[in-house]
Amino acid sequence: MIANLGLAALWLAAALALLQLLAAWRALRMAGAKEGALVRPVAIVQGLLAALAFVCLIAVFCQTDLSVKLVAMNSHSAKPMLYKFAGAWGNHEGSMLLWVTIMGLAGGLVALVERRLPEPTMLATLAAQAFVSLGFYAFLLISSNPFERLDPAAPEGQGLNPLLQDPGLAFHPPTLYIGYVGLSIAFSFAVGALITREVSPAFARAMRPWVLGAWIFLTIGIVAGSYWAYYELGWGGWWFWDPVENASLMPWLAATALLHSASVLAARNALRAWTVMLGVVAFSMSMVGTFLVRSGILTSVHAFAVDPERGSFILGLLALNIGAALVLFALRAATVTEGERFAVTSREGALVFNNVMLTGALGIVLIGTLYPLLAEALGTKVSVGPPYFNPMTAVFVVPMLAVLAVGPLLRWRQDSFARITPMVAIPALLTGAAASVLVLKGMAVLPLLGMALAAGLALAAFMPLRGRKLSRVNLPLWGMIAAHFGVAVALFGMAADSAWTVERLVAVQTGQAVEVGPWKVTLRTIVPVAGPNWTALEGEMEARYKGGDPRMLHPQARAFWAPPQQTSESALATRWNGQLYAVLGEQAEDGRWQLRLWWKPFVTMIWFGGLLIALGGVLALIGRVWSDLKRIIARGKIAYRRERQGR
Amino acid sequence: MSAPAKPSRWALWLPVVLFVGFIALVAVGLWRPASRDVHSAMIGKELPRFDLPPAVPERPGLARGDMLGGKPRLLNIFASWCIPCAAEAQQLEQLRQLGVEVDGVAIRDKQDDLAVFLARNGNPYARIGADPVSKIQFDIGSSGVPESFVVDARGVIRYQHIGVIAPDQVPMILARLKEAEQ
Repeated sequence: MIANLGLAALWLAAALALLQLLAAWRALRMAGAKEGALVRPVAIVQGLLAALAFVCLIAVFCQTDLSVKLVAMNSHSAKPMLYKFAGAWGNHEGSMLLWVTIMGLAGGLVALVERRLPEPTMLATLAAQAFVSLGFYAFLLISSNPFERLDPAAPEGQGLNPLLQDPGLAFHPPTLYIGYVGLSIAFSFAVGALITREVSPAFARAMRPWVLGAWIFLTIGIVAGSYWAYYELGWGGWWFWDPVENASLMPWLAATALLHSASVLAARNALRAWTVMLGVVAFSMSMVGTFLVRSGILTSVHAFAVDPERGSFILGLLALNIGAALVLFALRAATVTEGERFAVTSREGALVFNNVMLTGALGIVLIGTLYPLLAEALGTKVSVGPPYFNPMTAVFVVPMLAVLAVGPLLRWRQDSFARITPMVAIPALLTGAAASVLVLKGMAVLPLLGMALAAGLALAAFMPLRGRKLSRVNLPLWGMIAAHFGVAVALFGMAADSAWTVERLVAVQTGQAVEVGPWKVTLRTIVPVAGPNWTALEGEMEARYKGGDPRMLHPQARAFWAPPQQTSESALATRWNGQLYAVLGEQAEDGRWQLRLWWKPFVTMIWFGGLLIALGGVLALIGRVWSDLKRIIARGKIAYRRERQGR
Repeated sequence: MSAPAKPSRWALWLPVVLFVGFIALVAVGLWRPASRDVHSAMIGKELPRFDLPPAVPERPGLARGDMLGGKPRLLNIFASWCIPCAAEAQQLEQLRQLGVEVDGVAIRDKQDDLAVFLARNGNPYARIGADPVSKIQFDIGSSGVPESFVVDARGVIRYQHIGVIAPDQVPMILARLKEAEQ
């Protein structure tokens, strides 16, 4: 019953998306056509119906309705409620339904609140959103129906992949999806603006909060994913350049560039064509990333839809959506009038540099991700890893970070280095001093560069506050400072991790102590423990930092039996200045236990910095939305007064 | 000192061209009948050196030297606690009756459990070595149980079968053993 309701809602939502597209198209072709009035309400109802379908899917999962094939394949009546609930999107069909739900709701929200743009541009934007949505509705209804029935119903479900049964993983996909799919709004705004040739500061201001919102979710999703991989995979690394990580990094790089170029367009009416292009590219990267991961074309842990039919369908959608947008761009960009001019030494100039570098890094990641595919097409098998990605991205990121320290201090349009020299001098000196100290300590090049830059950047991030009254600094500026300071913090964490990590791989008897960095770790005992679908050997370790109070660590070597799989559950001891990371390995023939221990100074700064970056986005978003609200309220008051005076 | 030069009309088509290239590349990757089997890095390599004690009293243990000479052999990695292994036992018995010598390595097992397992599911093994810490298992590149290796007379691994040998795969295993005779 609920499944039928969900399917009906999905079909209806698809029909409304078609109506939205046709009505908007007709209103655009014939000025003053009545259909234009339909578009906004239809967009809102379409979003709500998609959400209803998604709620129905969650409901059939929660009640474990085994007459629904998807539930029978991915759930189990004895599963904890949290995983029944999260199981709704822990599979291909459910995650695609989540995708269209977010797209529909985001489109509906734009239709509801966005009033600044000329109406034709809004119609074109909502038409574009409907066009992209329609493709995904078709994909769901034709080849990935989440409500497909199983007749007769299964007696019991097959359960959820044990790897996905982690509270963190239950909420990781929705966070990333809101980020990915939220960027569809930027895409639709860009296409809408190309259709009506209305690329203006108002367009950038309208687009900015949506990009910011999506970007915040992407940032949090990436930070959370990185931390999860760090503690769960037991290798002590925090970024692996896995295709899935790259798939989330690429839209993030594009969206970061877009945020900065949109601020140039909003403030100075420059970089018009470029901003539109980035709007197209950001969501294109979301779709490309999802396709690469989901089609199984790149081997990856996340490839749970290895199915050529579905892969071809998504590829077709991709070619249609991105191809059409790029062709439209090529046809129209030349007619988008040139924006305001500016000097190289100016805020705009620095932001252009930032954009070029971010795009360069994006290109490096994209090439590295696709290279194995290219090599396979040419007949060889290769894998591309950190030796390629680390130095190649550094080529773009390091200069960008240097400019990041200077850019916010420059004035719009034209400035001189002479004016800002006093402000830049102190961070530059700090960078130089840090670098020389570290050279004396004999540090490797990349970590040295990172740490010296981080020191300068951390100070430079606060320089825009100079000469301002703190109480009068607006929220978006605080946001920028928080985000830039977060970059410095994360950079410091990365450099500290790669420069100062102490690793020990030892075999010890129980009772024996090992030193790793400032820690003394004693293996007390090994005890067997049992979980719901695994058994484990658990080490009891006592760790003392510089002879201080003992802290207990309990790393496990787990054996799952269906499927038979060994995993190691690492144990962490966190201090303000770093983490001790312990992994229990095999027992050797002589009865000693293998331990892998790391002391990672300041490693937590990586994720802390990432969260600061996201916090910067949140502050900026609140500031922007708040000032928009104030403007709307003020306008409403004026209109109300006029009306009263008129009477 | 001016804004970045306005790109030429042709440059605007560059993203389209790159995108078409991308679509062509992934289309090739998507539709080419690529084999997604796991290729074992151990195929073509010699068996590592090992010498395992007997896992049960009624069968001898297993050393690398036992697997050399004569006909190709099947080395089966199994365990009494592994439920798929019980399902595989019939196929191994069938292979034994067809004249294949099957040698076993029992992973992280106990003698009593193993005796119960063999009594219940049959004992197709000529030799069974005990590998209580999965050492040999890792050395020959096996990541789970059950797994089977076709080893030729010179002690070279010719084929690795991951997972259960299903009833319809018995002829395939026989063919692999036949191939390994050359």
